[in-house]
Amino acid sequence: MNVSVALMLELGAILAVLSLLGALARRFALSPIPLYLLAGLALGEGGIAPVPAAGPFVETGAGIGVVLLLLVLGLEFTVPEFAVSLRRHLPSAVVDLVLNATPGAVAGWLLGLDASGILALAGVTYISSSGIIARLLGDLRRLGNRETPAVLSVLVLEDFAMAGFLPLLSVVAAGGTWRQALLGVLLALGAVLAAFSVSYWWGHRLGRALLHLRPDPEQLLLRVLGVTLVVAALAEAVHVSAAVGAFLVGLSLTGEAADRARQVLSPLRDLFAAVFFLAIGLAISPRALLPVLPAALLLAVVTALTKVVTGWYAARREGAGPRGRLRAGTALIARGEFSIVMIGLVGVRQDRLGALVAAYVLLLAVAGPVITRFAGARPVPRAAAGHQGGTPAAAGPG
Amino acid sequence: MDVNEVLLPGVGMRYEFANREGDRMCVVARRTGDFELMVYEGADPDEARVVFRLTGEEADTLAEILGAPRIAERFADLTKEVPGLSAGQVEVRAAGPFAGRPLGETRARTRTGASIVAVVRGEEVIPSPGPAELLQAGDVLVVIGTRDGISAVEQIIQG
Repeated sequence: MNVSVALMLELGAILAVLSLLGALARRFALSPIPLYLLAGLALGEGGIAPVPAAGPFVETGAGIGVVLLLLVLGLEFTVPEFAVSLRRHLPSAVVDLVLNATPGAVAGWLLGLDASGILALAGVTYISSSGIIARLLGDLRRLGNRETPAVLSVLVLEDFAMAGFLPLLSVVAAGGTWRQALLGVLLALGAVLAAFSVSYWWGHRLGRALLHLRPDPEQLLLRVLGVTLVVAALAEAVHVSAAVGAFLVGLSLTGEAADRARQVLSPLRDLFAAVFFLAIGLAISPRALLPVLPAALLLAVVTALTKVVTGWYAARREGAGPRGRLRAGTALIARGEFSIVMIGLVGVRQDRLGALVAAYVLLLAVAGPVITRFAGARPVPRAAAGHQGGTPAAAGPG
Repeated sequence: MDVNEVLLPGVGMRYEFANREGDRMCVVARRTGDFELMVYEGADPDEARVVFRLTGEEADTLAEILGAPRIAERFADLTKEVPGLSAGQVEVRAAGPFAGRPLGETRARTRTGASIVAVVRGEEVIPSPGPAELLQAGDVLVVIGTRDGISAVEQIIQG
């Protein structure tokens, strides 16, 4: 076997740098996603250190990264949580969709993007990062707060909306007619319903099949990953997008099978998701970033405000007071992995869109957690005013 | 006692309750197996203050500490279903003959017909202790048997 020295060296260096950046981000309780994007930008064409040998691996790894991101998202999902969220927060979900997708769509239209670009941008501004926010709420010690179930419910409903939105996007991006798009959406909704029924009626059997003969972690990893990649490939073949296929696999697993699968898959997901963010950064030329910065900034400000309104509304339905509502609203500002998945689907070939979204996510993935940390935090007693942030402990490691 | 359960989608469950003094508190059980214990200052559940966080293992330990005194009570409940059978607790005293000796040496069951089903040692509970288990001063033995059997065990252990 031929070992490519250049590939190993470049890949090793990349991963080492990513690990340093990730550690740095965690140090300040921020999401590492923006730093991974920046690293990609720095390494890309016209960047400071091109990595030609690692290119093909990063490209392949990025595809697997999207599949793993959505598979684990599907594994997180349980039907009871969805049902409870829907019952309590359907109006919040509608407010969320209308208020936050509209600015993206309008911006796409103003920028003269095509239909897939407009749709993608609507999705980008709509979807908060459940990964960043769930972690943030834990780090800021807000899991006991009254507004927290509202925030989490909105996130769950967004994730569910993704299942309908992604196939629509991938059909439109493939240049299909509206008829094909409609068909694609119906197909996807059918598939989601099927996955739910499977999970509801036969979830335990599916789980038993997966856990047959008490697999060790290695066995389990191979089984889940194998099945998922096959389903993802089939979904891609019928133009439903591999990501949606993976999401469906995740949805149909529940209980112990889902718990164990999540355990073995999470590290792998983290690795390939990092590669995915890197790949998006790589595909965007840094020179394209500067011209779109004003637009990204404006869009970020507008959609940060619309998310605050969304969170305010949702938290009010839970009976939270004004500070709780502000906390909920600001918590929802962070955009991250799934906004990036959107442009990954449309293809970063639309360089302007790619650059715009990258800049947008860079801004909000950093600003969101910082804003919510200070907005609506517990009033600091005079004596402890030297401590910044809400509880003094919030500054400690998470 | 009323425990209010709140689902935290994607994160876990939150259990809220108030004690007799009116302190309102909650426990967040995360999917990861970790726990957070919080109190609400005043009656307002808008903001909780985290008192401490526990790993699954630490939570088990805490549950054992809180639950230990109740073990004998629980056995008592159990024995209500069998007429003539009761449960009792016998403390191993430093001055007694068996502190530092293995449980088997007491020959408690052979001599009294009552069984020692658990040893409560501080925060730790040793269920179904074997004859080689070394008794320590301060251990509380959970004994199941007839009333006479239990008092006989008490006489043996405390000398």
